[in-house]
Amino acid sequence: MRRLIFIVPILVFVGLTIYFATPLLRGTDPSLIPSPLIDKPVPAFELPPLPGYQKGLSSGDLKGQVQIVNIFASWCIPCRAEAPALMTLKNMNIPIQGINQKDKPADALEYLKELGDPYVSIGMDIDRKVSIDWGAYGAPETFIVDAEGRIRYKQAAPITQDDIDNTIVPLINKLRAGK
Amino acid sequence: MRRTFAIIALALSLAGPALAVEPSEMLKDPAQEARAQAIGRQLRCPVCKTESIEESDADFTRDLRKVVREQIAAGKSDKEVLNFMHDRYGDFILLRPPFKPTTWALWLAPPAILVLGGIFAFFMTRRRPTTPEAAPLTAAEKAEVEALK
Repeated sequence: MRRLIFIVPILVFVGLTIYFATPLLRGTDPSLIPSPLIDKPVPAFELPPLPGYQKGLSSGDLKGQVQIVNIFASWCIPCRAEAPALMTLKNMNIPIQGINQKDKPADALEYLKELGDPYVSIGMDIDRKVSIDWGAYGAPETFIVDAEGRIRYKQAAPITQDDIDNTIVPLINKLRAGK
Repeated sequence: MRRTFAIIALALSLAGPALAVEPSEMLKDPAQEARAQAIGRQLRCPVCKTESIEESDADFTRDLRKVVREQIAAGKSDKEVLNFMHDRYGDFILLRPPFKPTTWALWLAPPAILVLGGIFAFFMTRRRPTTPEAAPLTAAEKAEVEALK
């Protein structure tokens, strides 16, 4: 019985190892914050268009079909990295709506000229108020919104081809099928 | 020398956490500003994770501070401002998260470890066998000691 007490530290160690190894092996990023907005309706908002564009973006635009909402900015370096991935999604006929976060309009236009414009429409979120309503804490952030205008997925990291193949497209297909 | 150390130690102990709030961000009413800072200190910076939004210098956090101050100026209560942030960022944003099943481990682990450690220490110190009295020397050993003298 007294010997058992010496086994306790080993058991604790094994427990801690499992606890810490699981997220490491699964590849979970602990710096990502789970969003409480999943399965909630998109926040009500109305953002003005970039200069020279016809239309801004408002919550009304996010109903009727499954869409992606992408928060981007010209100052955001990872946004540049994910720009080709957004083009891939656009070419797959997946509508992407843009929220341009805390940008100078001229810089945003320059950015779109340089990297291409994958967005159906873009709203300018100059003071970050709408980004905060979306529970964003930076850029890029990507959301999938279903046809009823509910947020079904959030990714607070640049989109990779792997994300498109294994997460985004399967989820969009599922949502389009009405499940 | 000793006095210098004492002065440095005193100065360090008096230093509070540095706030990142800039004078231009502050509310004009000192009472409202004090409330904003008290709320901000309860909110965790989502960008830097280990600081409150009052301490963080991240650009995004500056805008969160601004929202806190705007809401206070608009007459919202402390609770309403905290709820606003909690609705958007979840338990993560609260430096003092609510007590619920997913946070039981967080809240209960420190007292549990203290209690278990206390019980362990109590039994270990009480049951430790005292060192037995040294056995008296045998005749042969006594003779050896004598020989050494």
